[in-house]
Amino acid sequence: MLQFLIRRIAYMIPTVFLVSVVTFAIIQLPPGDYLDTLAAELADAGGLDEGTRQALADQYGLGQPIWVQYLKWMRGILFHWDFGISFEKNVPVNDLIWDRLGWTFAISILTLLFIWMTALPIGIYSAVKKYSVGDYVATFFGFIGLAVPNFLLALVMMYVAFKYFGQSVGGLVSPEYIDQPWTWDKVVDLLKHIWMPIVVVGTSGAAALIRIMRANLLDELYRPYVVTARAKGMSEFQLLMRYPVRVALNPFVSTIGWILPTLVSGEIIVAVVMNLPTTGPLLLRALLVQDMYLAGSLILIVSLLTVLGTLISDLLLAWIDPRIRYQ
Amino acid sequence: MSAIDHSPAAIADAPAAPILLGPWALMWRKFKRHRIAYASLWLVGFIYVLALFGNFFAPQAHDETNRRGIFVPPQAIQFIHRAEDGSARLQLHVDALRMKVDQATMRRSYEAREGEIIPLGFFVKGHPYQLLGFIKADRHFFGPKNPDDVAYFLGSDRLGRDILSRIIIGTQISMSIGLVGVAVSLVIGVSLGGISGYYGGWIDNVIQRVIEFLRSIPTIPLWMGLAAAIPLGWPPLRTYFIVTLIVSMIGWTSLAREVRGKFLSLRNEDFITAARLDGLSDWEVIRKHMVPSFSSHIIASLTLAVPLMILAETSLSFLGIGLQPPIVSWGTLLKEAQNVRTIIEAPWLLIAPGTMIVIAVLALNFLGDGLRDAADPHAQ
Repeated sequence: MLQFLIRRIAYMIPTVFLVSVVTFAIIQLPPGDYLDTLAAELADAGGLDEGTRQALADQYGLGQPIWVQYLKWMRGILFHWDFGISFEKNVPVNDLIWDRLGWTFAISILTLLFIWMTALPIGIYSAVKKYSVGDYVATFFGFIGLAVPNFLLALVMMYVAFKYFGQSVGGLVSPEYIDQPWTWDKVVDLLKHIWMPIVVVGTSGAAALIRIMRANLLDELYRPYVVTARAKGMSEFQLLMRYPVRVALNPFVSTIGWILPTLVSGEIIVAVVMNLPTTGPLLLRALLVQDMYLAGSLILIVSLLTVLGTLISDLLLAWIDPRIRYQ
Repeated sequence: MSAIDHSPAAIADAPAAPILLGPWALMWRKFKRHRIAYASLWLVGFIYVLALFGNFFAPQAHDETNRRGIFVPPQAIQFIHRAEDGSARLQLHVDALRMKVDQATMRRSYEAREGEIIPLGFFVKGHPYQLLGFIKADRHFFGPKNPDDVAYFLGSDRLGRDILSRIIIGTQISMSIGLVGVAVSLVIGVSLGGISGYYGGWIDNVIQRVIEFLRSIPTIPLWMGLAAAIPLGWPPLRTYFIVTLIVSMIGWTSLAREVRGKFLSLRNEDFITAARLDGLSDWEVIRKHMVPSFSSHIIASLTLAVPLMILAETSLSFLGIGLQPPIVSWGTLLKEAQNVRTIIEAPWLLIAPGTMIVIAVLALNFLGDGLRDAADPHAQ
């Protein structure tokens, strides 16, 4: 297990390096650099004085070769935990992002739980009752779930909630609770709002997992060991849960690896539609006004945390299934 | 095997030579039995025909604005027209509308004008256009008989443009992005996957790591970063190709994996060894023996990649960082329906393009599923 752990972490290092390079490339893509933007912005207020300009150019290595700039950015992050400055809001990136990243990952992980809670029983049901009405309904919703883009589902649900239930939509809490300390009422209000993004982001993943679970279980259901257990007089439910479901669960666990990135992606786009206080709207705004250190830092951290999440799920899988460790 | 009957009577009655079907004919036969997939094939074909002859099918010019037709709800097509004298005759028409503005709330509403209709017909004269980009024409498949009339079958937007015409024109961009993107990922995926699977070793390792890297990072933020760097001033065509390239960055990884898997399993097959012993070069072995044996799988995976790309383009354009107006795609159409207030006022802005996306994506998914099943010789 230790060997597997070390190897898996060693594999992560090039990935992390690549992520940082790609993010830095994205920061560099728009024409002009930070100082040009800042100078243009401060032009009305008397312009940027030469001393500040020099200090900033020095700090970010502007005007120097690209790789020097990259190293300076990385050094700032690694040694000083400094992601640069958001030049639209003129505050350190650090002050802006952590709350929002927290919510993004909170919603993504809750969505993962939601997917598991729905896909597992529905998948088992449609495999056991193959070609029943329930199976067809599940299959139908599965295909719809795969075909409707996240943001479209979000719009439809907001429309339905507003029109037929009169619920205020958008945000994670009602307007009167924003910036209020956490109280019991605020938590209840949060729960009233947060289910919607979770369902919206989770639908396509749940649809995919239902298909996978159904196929996996169908492969197992007619194996001789199941027949043997049945012949020995085991009750149908106990039999199902104890043997074929457990075997079918394995590939189910391994899908977390690819489902987590899609959840984070989905959360970001749904957050823009529903105006949630998460990474999505901040990233979109930063990209539109070319606030590149903010945008780059967000992309970097979101990607790194996702890679980390995938690593954790891989380790969990290796812990559950010894065959994977010794591959 | 069960199709061949070995009983003596059957042999006596059977024609001398049994009909031998090639692999493609067998696949086609199996595919046709998959009814939803077969219907989807027709549907997808229809959508591409719609895209190809978009101007002919669009009743109005997609960018024609109309100040007296802002946010018109979808108009129902009626069959029977009753004249003033009470006589009824068969005439396809929609009501002629009059706009009313409520001065207190500034809300528009539309009501039918008494006794006035807009007659509709097939192959009517309308705005001039270039069919397929070079044939001058002014006939339209369906629309108002009088070229000066306007009928909004799926409603109109905030500038009084016809949603139906915009959806049809948007089909061109949205559906072709899927095809072009898939072509790009086909080239990258098959070459990298092929190299990876055929040669193995360190190069395989490198390519696999790159694929793992691309799959482990969330795509939307990465695409957003790349797409946001496209300068707004670029000509539409260039933006279109860059967006397609960005979108196809997902497609190739799964394709490369599939090709690699096929190469790995084929590499040790007897007929490949035999071909190599016969003195064929690597390239010839790949081209003559390996590619034909998995091309059906590739076609199926490509079909399944098209809807992913359509959804990706739609998402980016919806966020306002992919394609920009005046380019019309399903994504830029949905951008008009971005907030709840607009949707409450004009739900058709969301429903019409949304339904179109869902239908196209579903049909492509079913088609891909059917092809995959048909390509698999072990499936029943």
